[in-house]
Amino acid sequence: MLKFTDKGIYCKQADLYIDPWKPVKNAIITHGHSDHARSGMNNYLCHTETMPILRLRLGADINVQSLPYNQEISINGVKISLHPAGHIIGSAQVRLEYKGEIWVVSGDYKLIPDGLSVPFEPVKCHHFITESTFGLPIYNFPSTEEVYASINQWWKQNAAEGFNSVIIAYALGKSQSILHHLDQEIGDIFLHGAVANVNNAFNENGHNFPGTWVSPEMDRKAIKGAMIVTPSSALSTPWIRKFSPSRAALCSGWMQLRGARRRSGVDRGFVLSDHCDWSQLNEAVLATGAENIYVTHGYQTTYAKWLCDRYQLNAIEIKTQFEPATGDLD
Amino acid sequence: MKAFTALFTAIDQTTKTNQKVQAMVDYFTHAEEEDKIFAVSILIGNKPKRPVKTSELKEWAAELAELPMWLYEESYHIVGDLAEAIALMLPDPDKEQHVSLRENLEFLSELTDLPLEVKKARIIEYWMSAEVQERFVFNKLITGNFRMGVSKQLVIKALAKYLEQEQTSIAHQLMGKWDPYAETMDSMFAGETHLDKNYLPYPFFLAYPLDTDPATLGDIDNWYIERKLDGIRGQIIVRNEELFVWSRGEELLTDKFPEFNSLQTSLPNGTVLDGEIIPWRDGSPLPFQIMQTRIGRKNISPKYLKEAPLVMVCFDILEYNGVDLRARPLSERREILNEVIAKHTENKLLLSEAMDFKAWEEVGKFRRNARDFNCEGLMLKRKTSEYETGRRRGNWWKWKTEPMTVDGVLLYAQSGHGRRANLFTDYTFAVWDGDVLVPFAKAYSGLTDKEINVLDNWIKRNTIDKFGPVRSVKPEYVFEIAFEGINSSPRHKSGVALRFPRILRWRKDKSVKDANTKNDLLQLLEAVNS
Repeated sequence: MLKFTDKGIYCKQADLYIDPWKPVKNAIITHGHSDHARSGMNNYLCHTETMPILRLRLGADINVQSLPYNQEISINGVKISLHPAGHIIGSAQVRLEYKGEIWVVSGDYKLIPDGLSVPFEPVKCHHFITESTFGLPIYNFPSTEEVYASINQWWKQNAAEGFNSVIIAYALGKSQSILHHLDQEIGDIFLHGAVANVNNAFNENGHNFPGTWVSPEMDRKAIKGAMIVTPSSALSTPWIRKFSPSRAALCSGWMQLRGARRRSGVDRGFVLSDHCDWSQLNEAVLATGAENIYVTHGYQTTYAKWLCDRYQLNAIEIKTQFEPATGDLD
Repeated sequence: MKAFTALFTAIDQTTKTNQKVQAMVDYFTHAEEEDKIFAVSILIGNKPKRPVKTSELKEWAAELAELPMWLYEESYHIVGDLAEAIALMLPDPDKEQHVSLRENLEFLSELTDLPLEVKKARIIEYWMSAEVQERFVFNKLITGNFRMGVSKQLVIKALAKYLEQEQTSIAHQLMGKWDPYAETMDSMFAGETHLDKNYLPYPFFLAYPLDTDPATLGDIDNWYIERKLDGIRGQIIVRNEELFVWSRGEELLTDKFPEFNSLQTSLPNGTVLDGEIIPWRDGSPLPFQIMQTRIGRKNISPKYLKEAPLVMVCFDILEYNGVDLRARPLSERREILNEVIAKHTENKLLLSEAMDFKAWEEVGKFRRNARDFNCEGLMLKRKTSEYETGRRRGNWWKWKTEPMTVDGVLLYAQSGHGRRANLFTDYTFAVWDGDVLVPFAKAYSGLTDKEINVLDNWIKRNTIDKFGPVRSVKPEYVFEIAFEGINSSPRHKSGVALRFPRILRWRKDKSVKDANTKNDLLQLLEAVNS
């Protein structure tokens, strides 16, 4: 029912693409990250909580419809529904059923709850499309409580030693999870514009994320012992330097490896990801009951081979358009 | 091990030397007394003997993690570090135990002679009782591949702070080989014990590379200017009618240099000479390679003694008649050295001559052509300089000649290790042989982090073939490769082997056809040897 084309994953029967790379007529968007939500589509369909993000990032005038989780619609005989993916707020798996054949496109997902997004729900299917960003047995993430506790501990110690703390994380998704878990007793929280914009979009829709946008007029000398949350684009810019003395930390699944940690040039690396680690991936794949697994984005060759070898599944590597650049923030 | 693991983590997490020193001081202040001397030994780079093969380790780890070997190998190449790859993929620990650093090192040394099955059981037991980071440190110790990320200088600084002693005194106690099982912190550092250890060399004074115009050094008359020879830096010590020859790597090499045996009677007791040990014949040095093959031998046959007769070209005297001369100005030390060498009649000791230059321009000219004078550049030493400890700026400079260079095409790439794991940073370069590209050098260093990232991205998109961790790439980019020496080598397709090859710059201005040829390399080889 689904085909992998150079524009993206295509369903001919319903004439729609899922997370297409190039402009098409109809697009279902799993979540708002820029490698999934691209501009130029005539019609967008996404989860209710993703809609404000698409409007923020792709333009207020886009033609977008939304669906809550687990509500089925039908297009030319194809039953379509969205299911929680647990990746970020509003992220969805797409279930498509036609003449009894069920496909699930999982987009990006994780099994460990982050306290914000609706947790991942396994969906039974025949064909399952999974990413493999951390599809190697060396990726075993620590519990998130442990990580958040060490982030707060780190902030507390920096503040005590007279340093500001700078956390580098994706503006959409990870920044909000971190903000949600920061101990506001420790000090003030400040935001880069990119993070503040996303927060505003969410806050208008019933969320309440802490933090103050650092406006150009603000006297930054007065900022002491504070937490600053920023995307990586601000790293080593004059904007960041104005918070000195400061210490910086990167929050990413890649921080699991010492090499990546040391290469990043920051003071600390926290292993915090919105993707599955090795054991989550295996658990998720098995929970679908699918016989046919299509592995994309990441260590697809290795992970597909593992699924064939270990679980005798019919797993195929799908070559994505680009090999991910090393050190992406995932 | 928990405290030591925490020390490792604290050192690993910072690039600031003050914080590293503080982490060590904190460790010494709080650690178990019996652990400290072992920590010192490991911090300055001593490694426990490897009790198991790495191939055994990885099989056991894969088995324990229930992973096939191919998947272990794939993962290893992404991590780029065996100890870390194993630590990360093992199942969560199922019990807790506290082992001291000393106990752990004893455990490792006992392991060596046990049957394989017992080794396996013990190591698995350890793995299953430790968290990821402790496992990693443990694996690093087992694989004998441990680097703590601190220089010896920093360890000395931390010890001096902790023990409230002078750094120079700590440095001296730490010279040479010592056995942590036979020492305690007191026996090593309390009192003047090093005076009994008459075999110990003085800490070497090392020169910094000159990074400015020599004219900034002021009046040329204040400087001794000597040839920088390409041999083995060493100290010759004669005390109590005994001879010791130490390399700068603090290896005792007395047995490797039977030529020097007679010095133990011909030099007065209480003499320490500093210089370059180098093969020498008919008034000039022989290529470094000749000595290298000799050093590698367990037994020095008469053939080697004849082919590569060694001398020491002496440039300093640190002790004479049992008196430590290091605080005297170099001009005084050289006078004494002159006398000692003049009295010596066996031609085993030569004097490193101070050359006569009138102006810095002349010095620069000599340096440019240094290879024609059988040396790799110049040493500049302030006449008033004391003999300091370690690598210091200011009074001694090395000014090496420009390296030889060749433009090569990037042909293969492999991911690096450690900080460069999972990034393609180990490159193989080729030159033209007719219309075929033949590899001639591998190089790892010389690009900036930014260039590495750009190249890494390009490599991933322009891979032609994968052979395990190695990728062949489209011949498109040209790099200028610098190196210090060139020798003929029948083992290499290009017919040559290079010494210290590294990337000088990315020649984006050149296309593949502009790269050098095998013939260019052979001509260079001929020019160097003639």
